[in-house]
Amino acid sequence: MAQVSIRKVVKAYEGGVQAVKGIDLEIADHEFVVLVGPSGCGKSTTLRMIAGLEEITGGEIAIGGTVVNDIPPRDRDIAMVFQNYALYPHMSVYENMAFGLTLRKFPKEEIKRRVENAARILDITPLLDRKPKALSGGQRQRVAMGRAIVRDPKVFLFDEPLSNLDAKLRVQMRTEIKKVHQTVKTTTVYVTHDQVEAMTLADRVVVMNHGIIEQVGPPQELYHHPKTRFVAGFIGSPAMNFIPARVENGSGALRVTLPNGITVPVPESRTARYQTAAGREVLFGIRPEHLTEVKNLDRDNIAVFELTPEVIEPMGMETLVHLWLQGAEVCCRIDPTTPAEPGRPMQFAADLNHMHLIDPESGKVL
Amino acid sequence: MSASGATMTAGRTEGVTSLQRFTRRRSTIAFLMTLPLIAVIGGLVVYPAGYAMYLSTLNRRMTEFIGLEQFAILLDTDTFWMVIAQSCIFAVSAVLLKALIGFWLAHMLHDIPAKGQRKWRGMLLVPWVIPPALSTLGWWWMFDPSYSSINYLLNVFAVPSVPWLGEPWWARTSVIIVNVWYGAPFFMIMYLAALKSVPEQLYEAAAIDGATGFQRLRYVTLPMMRNIISITVLFSLIVTFANYDIVRVLTNGGPRDLTHVFATYAFQVGILSGNVPRGAAVSLFMFPLLAIFAFFVLRGVTRRNKEES
Repeated sequence: MAQVSIRKVVKAYEGGVQAVKGIDLEIADHEFVVLVGPSGCGKSTTLRMIAGLEEITGGEIAIGGTVVNDIPPRDRDIAMVFQNYALYPHMSVYENMAFGLTLRKFPKEEIKRRVENAARILDITPLLDRKPKALSGGQRQRVAMGRAIVRDPKVFLFDEPLSNLDAKLRVQMRTEIKKVHQTVKTTTVYVTHDQVEAMTLADRVVVMNHGIIEQVGPPQELYHHPKTRFVAGFIGSPAMNFIPARVENGSGALRVTLPNGITVPVPESRTARYQTAAGREVLFGIRPEHLTEVKNLDRDNIAVFELTPEVIEPMGMETLVHLWLQGAEVCCRIDPTTPAEPGRPMQFAADLNHMHLIDPESGKVL
Repeated sequence: MSASGATMTAGRTEGVTSLQRFTRRRSTIAFLMTLPLIAVIGGLVVYPAGYAMYLSTLNRRMTEFIGLEQFAILLDTDTFWMVIAQSCIFAVSAVLLKALIGFWLAHMLHDIPAKGQRKWRGMLLVPWVIPPALSTLGWWWMFDPSYSSINYLLNVFAVPSVPWLGEPWWARTSVIIVNVWYGAPFFMIMYLAALKSVPEQLYEAAAIDGATGFQRLRYVTLPMMRNIISITVLFSLIVTFANYDIVRVLTNGGPRDLTHVFATYAFQVGILSGNVPRGAAVSLFMFPLLAIFAFFVLRGVTRRNKEES
């Protein structure tokens, strides 16, 4: 087990296209780090550079203190789980899992012990004699993980391992992966485009976009304190609302005016922070869960105003209300028992303790 | 509702004759559509094969039924045993060399970036595209005792001339060389297709698992190509075993009948010497040899298909 250091790493392809534009990241021993971002953001390329499947154009990557730029994958002591599992179709489950150890000339008994141990952890002991063809998607995924576990490598690399599974199995395997990590504690780098996977699995989430790292932090920090508009919009589902607004300085207090003339007061604790934005156009960011039906009015910094729902989506445990404020789509999350119908105005409460103001030009959260 | 539906169905059935129903059946349509092919195979394969079997049971003047006498006579002649041996040596060594060279070429091509690959692929396919009777004439000229261009080159490097077609072992080698030259591109193109179908991620997984280049070939590429290799070898073995044109043009069976294979010997005996029944018997000898081999190869392929893909 080991830490992974990524220093000023660049990946450029022929023709000058840069997939990764000089990223820095320190991954601690035993840590579970998830790289998340939309497709083409450079997350898979970064993972493949750690694995050695992709050459590093600039900067350096170190695993356990050793710079691995020029070390081939087989000598990096890493294991990787691929999106389509990449099991060898002509080998049985046992042979698939044992392959890496056989090549490294481990003694037969040791291989057997390790494979059986991994099979027990993953609950695939009855499948050891089968060929991959005879397995379901979830079982193949387990075998692919087993192949990584038996090697007891310094680092586990996961490349979108759950994308080929159906929704139900994905949730189940997600828990499984977390459980396995809690058991074996190997340093893990996990790539996904699904922010829910990132939030649920990671010790730290790395949000990437256009080849750069937008923000690194524990899931809760990213959720509550996003640093950029991209992170604010990417983490959380349904996504945060961004409403064009204007900050105004009136009689000592700051106010934010929304497109339809609604004015909300900036909480006192944030006045100093937002002072520089006074008189400027900004984006008012608020998550659907902080834009609800009126309740708990005894709390501080709740603004109440009237809006007209346009689309109602009952989800069971909650109801989503969609409406448009001069082109900006706004989503609110209300209690399913609250009566709401399209076209009938109702009162909404915005919890301003969780509001964000974003500079529309730089995309930075103020 | 259901009653009226039943009446309607009954009404429709009454108007349809049994002939119409027969022609509408899917299996009937399928049969009719494959009929042209069945006719061609029947006329060009089944009928001649059956007729050859009938012919092989007649006496030389084709007036009398003599059972398996022709086969007995054949098995009693040294020349025929020599033909069996030469056919086997020729087919097995030529197919092995074709398979190895084809495999090597396919790997070389596979490593060329897609842009430049086309022209190399095209050039390497040329030997297979030229009609073998023509290209063999070219080789015949290169092997000619007086004007051999190969010998000329050898002489330049102070190597003595080689009696390519004059000496039995060299003549046997020459027919194999020409057959390999002609047939290797077929293996190459089949293997190239197989190589392209191996998922890149298997190689990546193997690289991470610790496999060297050779181990990737041994544990990933070869097992993934096994079916293509067996089918290509089987197909090529059948074609090479039955080869006629190369031997006919290059050596015509000589020197001293030592390069004859089944097909050229059958022609020699049946047409040139006028013993049609014995010629038929010679050509029929190939069948059991190839049938046994084909059985085992195809059984292996079916079994693997069931287990893997």
